[in-house]
Amino acid sequence: MANEVVDHGRRRFLTATTAVVGGIGIVSAAVPFIKSWEPSARAKAAGAPVTQSLAKIEAGQLLIVSWRSLPVFVLNRTAAQLATLPQVDSRLVDPKSNGVSADQQPKYAQNEGRSIKPEWLVVIGICTHLGCVPDFVPEIKPEPFDPEWKGGFYCPCHKSRYDLAGRVYAGVPAPKNLPVPPYHFIDDSTIQIGVDPKEAG
Amino acid sequence: MTKRQLLMKRYIFPVVLALGLVVGSVPVQASEGGALPSAGTNVQDQASLQRGAKLFFNYCVGCHSLKYMRYERIATDLGLSEQEVMQNLNFTGAKFGETVVSHMPEDAAAKWFGKAPPDLSLEVRSKGADWVNAYLNSFYLDPSRPVGWNNTVFPNASMPFPLWELQGLQTAEMKPAKAGEDPAVEKLVLSQPGKLTPAQFQQATRDLTTFLEYASEPAALQRHHYGIWVLLFLAFFTFLAALLKKEYWKDVH
Amino acid sequence: MANVFTSIGDWVNERAPGMMPMYRKHMTEYYAPKNFNLWYYFGSLALLVLVNQIVTGIFLTMNYNPSAAGAFASVEYIMRDVEWGWLIRYMHSTGASLFFVVVFLHMFRGIMYGSYKKPRELVWLLGMLIFLALMAEAFMGYVLPWGNMSFWGAKVIISLFGTIPYIGGDLVEWIMGDFLPADATLNRFFALHVVALPIVLLLLVVLHLAALHEVGSNNPDGVEIKKGPKGNRWDALKPTDGIPFHPYYTVKDLVGVGFFLLIAAFIIFFAPTFGGWFLEHDNFIPANNLATPSHIKPVWYFTPFYAILRMIPSLFGTAVWGVLGMFGAIALLFLLPWLDRGQVKSIRYRGTGFKVALGLFVVAYIMLGAVGAGVTAEVIPAWFGNVDVTFWENLFGRLMTLVYFGFFVFLWAYTYYGWEKTKPVPERVTTHD
Repeated sequence: MANEVVDHGRRRFLTATTAVVGGIGIVSAAVPFIKSWEPSARAKAAGAPVTQSLAKIEAGQLLIVSWRSLPVFVLNRTAAQLATLPQVDSRLVDPKSNGVSADQQPKYAQNEGRSIKPEWLVVIGICTHLGCVPDFVPEIKPEPFDPEWKGGFYCPCHKSRYDLAGRVYAGVPAPKNLPVPPYHFIDDSTIQIGVDPKEAG
Repeated sequence: MTKRQLLMKRYIFPVVLALGLVVGSVPVQASEGGALPSAGTNVQDQASLQRGAKLFFNYCVGCHSLKYMRYERIATDLGLSEQEVMQNLNFTGAKFGETVVSHMPEDAAAKWFGKAPPDLSLEVRSKGADWVNAYLNSFYLDPSRPVGWNNTVFPNASMPFPLWELQGLQTAEMKPAKAGEDPAVEKLVLSQPGKLTPAQFQQATRDLTTFLEYASEPAALQRHHYGIWVLLFLAFFTFLAALLKKEYWKDVH
Repeated sequence: MANVFTSIGDWVNERAPGMMPMYRKHMTEYYAPKNFNLWYYFGSLALLVLVNQIVTGIFLTMNYNPSAAGAFASVEYIMRDVEWGWLIRYMHSTGASLFFVVVFLHMFRGIMYGSYKKPRELVWLLGMLIFLALMAEAFMGYVLPWGNMSFWGAKVIISLFGTIPYIGGDLVEWIMGDFLPADATLNRFFALHVVALPIVLLLLVVLHLAALHEVGSNNPDGVEIKKGPKGNRWDALKPTDGIPFHPYYTVKDLVGVGFFLLIAAFIIFFAPTFGGWFLEHDNFIPANNLATPSHIKPVWYFTPFYAILRMIPSLFGTAVWGVLGMFGAIALLFLLPWLDRGQVKSIRYRGTGFKVALGLFVVAYIMLGAVGAGVTAEVIPAWFGNVDVTFWENLFGRLMTLVYFGFFVFLWAYTYYGWEKTKPVPERVTTHD
């Protein structure tokens, strides 16, 4: 019995084949488990695009819309507010949003006002420092945190400041401008947050 | 041990096991209230599912929710576009990703019908397709009931019968009354025809039951799709393992 | 490539010197009898199912909500909204039932071949403890979906403890943490099901295997290979009739695993409720403390014991006898090594009396299962027409209960008084190839 010749080649081949096929099986079986961590249908439904009418937002008024549980600031900027934007350029980190903040907005919102239509600012109200929600401080008047305040957003957590286009001031902890979510205008007075203009067709 | 016994041992056991599996996979749902006719549903039949969905959203959703079923899932599984679902099926104003929730206020419903209409998300899983189908075919006019309807499959059900305009009106012929016994229904007769012929109506209820069966377990569509590949793969693996075992066991005498 | 693995292996080995000896002791140098048959697959399969339950269980926990208000909906959430959640849930629910299938067959193998006898009593006792822990684990897991069967199953089973004289009532409230199964009950069962009992189970399984490998495996001939001749092609001092567990039984068990997974996958993908046996219809209705399901019964694997509970009537104003009978039916299994005084292990060489008694025992067990599951209550009127169902069901169930307990009494008397006429046991294990 001990002197029988073992066909080592066949044995190795079968061992390797079974191991590979079994390995494929284990890896395939792991896929459903890994996939189960992806956002569920409920999470996706909750994160679905949000349609918001702009009709009742008066000039100078800010509305906070929840999209994917994030606070989205929708601000109806007055002509006076828009006029402040160029005045603060010199005090900002990235006034043209083409430097460190190049990826903080879709291409269609990469302009001075960081918006599709100049008066309508749509940004995610999450401070790019550590994720607090900045306060809206619209009045153009000296503030304790900035004697030359032209209006904008002020983060109470670590004193980061943003102008009325969500552009971050230099010398504050926050590194980048407030992000602009994908959005588009369904008609003149309705926006949909979560869908790019080109996707919406 | 003889060769014959060896064969018995090697093959009879798996065969018995396989038989057990077949027996086990045959549903034993008919246990409620005697044997019911088979519903003949097939959740793989997309056309039937679509017709059933249309019936559900036209006749049922006024009172009954499918609170675990999302419009978006219905669109995907039934091969419908978002637009088709939102325009033709969704009358509640819910968003595409939301679940099917009836607008009927629960407390008012409880006042009207004696109890709130149940959610139908899992109706077929708990009662069985045969039961649901038979129930839908067994309504008859009964002036003694508060809503004017009764049902032979679910006696004294508190539900009125919204499909009557399709089926027509059924009335009951009672068995000769015996002393000391409750009156029993002999058979149901169609006293006034509806929009559909009896055969068409049976198909309609079958479609509706099919849709509810799908709504009870949308994963059934995926199960069948993937199951066959898993079985083929495992069969191949087992075959390889058997070869490997045979090879190694050449050493053992 | 192989060199990398070898050097990593060496690196670990130099720092954790126990690893290789342990691997050798339990795998490559664990000599198992070479004549294992089909019945010897179920041990490794039980281990496989245990791993499946733990992995799928962990992933179910990630989306399950252990509150009376949210449990039922969270299970449907897993079934519908979580990607592949349905598969994970069906793997867990099917695994639970298959666990019992495998364990029952594994235990039957032990009784058939006398694997509980000296020197393997401890292996058997540890195995029985695993069985007990598994039943507790299964019961609590069954409560978690918070369907109507979960709720009423919990209520009925917990009420069993209420029959204990004097402390029963207080004990029931203590177990539930409320006056009926509620949030508190669900929460503690969840904690026990996902944390405490799995740890106990794992520990017991390790001990069960350690105890087995200390004394060595029994085999279908019930012959001790350690007492036979020494020397085989791998080791001059090891039993001639033993073969290394690895690779021979690992590759063999792999075939068993393949077959088993085929069956399991068939159920998971094509019959996950198994016709209402693995997932019960009434458990797709949310828990309702005002409406008892019309057919209240436990899941199939508890039905034999449940039938014994139902068949024993209350006496002297207390229902404790049925409960004693039910737990006694399990306790007697613990005592098997001492009830059975026979010297011959395997059924192959035991007396006809043992074979007949074991056959009747299995029939009684299955029939009790049928009574407990309500099959007899349906079959009797269907086959015999208009008869007193309760009377005949009780008569049949009590007869089967007698057979169940009779097996243990008979086995003791049969071996204690030396009535058993055994066949000669061979010196060495027998093979048929």
